[in-house]
Amino acid sequence: MVPVNYYIILSAILFTIGAVGVLIRRNPLVIFMSVELMLNAANLAMVAFSSVYKSFSGQIFVFFVIAVAAAEVAVGLALIVEIFKTKHNINVDEMNSLKG
Amino acid sequence: MLLEYIAIAVMIAVATLIAFIAIGLGELLGPKKKSEAKSMPYESGMNPYGEGTRRMPVRFYLVAVLFILFDIEVVFFLPWAIVFRQLGIFGLIEMIIFIVILLVGYVYAWKKGALEWE
Amino acid sequence: MTQLDFQTLLPLTILTVWACVLLIVDLFIPKNRKGITAVLAALGLAVTLSFTILQIGRENSGYSGMVVLDGFSTFVNALILVSGLLGIALAYGYVKRMGLERGEYYTLLLFSVVGMMLMAQAADLIVVFIALELLSIPLYVLAAFSRTSAESEEAGIKYFLLGAFATGFVVYGTALVFGATGTTSLVGIVGSASNGTSSLLLTIGAALILVGFGFKVAAVPFHMWTPDVYQGAPTSVTAFMAAGAKIAGFAALLRVFATAFPTLATDLTDILWALSAVTMILGNVVAISQTNIKRMLAYSSIAHAGYILMAFVPYGNKDIMPISIAAGLFYLVSYVFTNFGAWGVVIALEKSEGKGLEIGDYAGLGRKYPALAAAMTVFMLSLIGLPPTLGLVGKFYLFRAVIAGGYTGLAIIGVVTSLVSAYYYLRVVVTMYMKDGEPTTEREPMLDFTTAFTAIVTVVVSLVPQWLFLLASNAVLKLF
Repeated sequence: MVPVNYYIILSAILFTIGAVGVLIRRNPLVIFMSVELMLNAANLAMVAFSSVYKSFSGQIFVFFVIAVAAAEVAVGLALIVEIFKTKHNINVDEMNSLKG
Repeated sequence: MLLEYIAIAVMIAVATLIAFIAIGLGELLGPKKKSEAKSMPYESGMNPYGEGTRRMPVRFYLVAVLFILFDIEVVFFLPWAIVFRQLGIFGLIEMIIFIVILLVGYVYAWKKGALEWE
Repeated sequence: MTQLDFQTLLPLTILTVWACVLLIVDLFIPKNRKGITAVLAALGLAVTLSFTILQIGRENSGYSGMVVLDGFSTFVNALILVSGLLGIALAYGYVKRMGLERGEYYTLLLFSVVGMMLMAQAADLIVVFIALELLSIPLYVLAAFSRTSAESEEAGIKYFLLGAFATGFVVYGTALVFGATGTTSLVGIVGSASNGTSSLLLTIGAALILVGFGFKVAAVPFHMWTPDVYQGAPTSVTAFMAAGAKIAGFAALLRVFATAFPTLATDLTDILWALSAVTMILGNVVAISQTNIKRMLAYSSIAHAGYILMAFVPYGNKDIMPISIAAGLFYLVSYVFTNFGAWGVVIALEKSEGKGLEIGDYAGLGRKYPALAAAMTVFMLSLIGLPPTLGLVGKFYLFRAVIAGGYTGLAIIGVVTSLVSAYYYLRVVVTMYMKDGEPTTEREPMLDFTTAFTAIVTVVVSLVPQWLFLLASNAVLKLF
């Protein structure tokens, strides 16, 4: 058995990579992938804790996160495709029609 | 308890080694005669035209998005199926409600024409 | 599932079914008559509101303790439903005029309302997460609803990316809290935390959840998306988003922190103090330099998040907490009515392609449309906190509670920032009455009615505020 700490450390690393990715990457698709990484880091931690406590609520939570993340993906991709259709460019640095 | 993982480590090492050996042997022993025709991308023997990466019609995204949505919901069927007998009629009704909600989305997508290709 | 479970979520279930049916019914309503969908959606909200009112005084928990029904949830749900109705009333003519009229607008709004109501009733972190997503995802789509305008799409993607980022924090925080306590139920967490389980994990988890909700309610330093999104989204969506998302965010914040994390009060009070102070200061100061009314109101909305956050600072102090939370709820009510009214006036002056949104465009309004200008004056006074408006009463209750909790410094910051805010709110009033101009408005009866109604509520309730405060106090009484 791998000790639970390893899972938690791994999930913390994944979460940090995801959070940093959101802050420094400029392509919405990559930002979005970083967000998914954050969610999956949480999923990993949840499942690990779930096995420690022999409780299923952690695993149930993971199911919900997966399902809801799929809905989020659908909305996010649709938005990105729409923007690409009107602008032919999806770099967030060039999204500056709103400023003040 | 890391010892349990030694088998996996050995497997990864052996697999990597075999891959390198196969590519390396080919590189070392094979004859090398470069010509322009040989370095072209292979397109069924035709002369290639256009960019290597082509844009896909946006309809693929719509289909992909719909697929993700309906596909992921299966994640809830699996645990339900395992404890189906314990849950009995209550679980069945709950699952029917769930499927009806999914069906509402399906009917909406259908009537909006999201499933039509042309 | 028992009858009790069913009763706990009855209004919510009705609205969910209504929204699903409306989604299908809308497919058969001809394109040029989508007003029918709006009326049907409003009817659904009204029916749900009547069932919510019938639930007053009832208290129970359902679905194995995943959701609760109590005075607090009933109060907040009623407020959310009223916001939904006002949101539809503002949108009714606006979406037609801007060429955005599609039935999905109203269905998405209903689904978002369902999410907000679930948020107020959530008693488990899993439900909090689902409610958060259910309220956010329709709002992402609504923000980008004007598909031909680059601004609206940009608002949508920005809101989406930062909202998803915030969700990541909430989910990871939940995971850590689960790791520290072994349960996701709010009541279970407090039981486990008082047994003295590893509290570092719990504190980090609670802090991450706070960051996530900070994004949702637009508290500084998590506010960067607010001005862009509020400006770019269709104005009727902005009005609904500003009110609804704030109510739900604060309701969840309150429920989660008061129920699950009272043991962390000593660690979190200072953080909340700082968040509230910085939010008030930055929101009000940056608003001064804005010339676009939508951006100005966005920064004003940030500032008001700061004021409402004040109500959370005495959290952990069992004597002060009920008064201060009741004051927070009262402030939310006053903010909702003022907010919808102010955005209603903005909608009346807005032209297509983002014209008519500069503060200069309001010049001459006082002479040409005295009633509209008077209404706008009422809303501006209420946002500052001057008599005779609800804003004043709200701020009075809030500052009183905070001072009673021993945080006089925070109350002083609140008063000073309110004075600063007078500068930019009054600038609108001065422009309306003192400057010459030829403003044109595009109004229809529904919009006029909403603006007049919110203005009257803002003034009249401020003259007899005691009953509303009593209602809010009774609502929070059982939480502690």
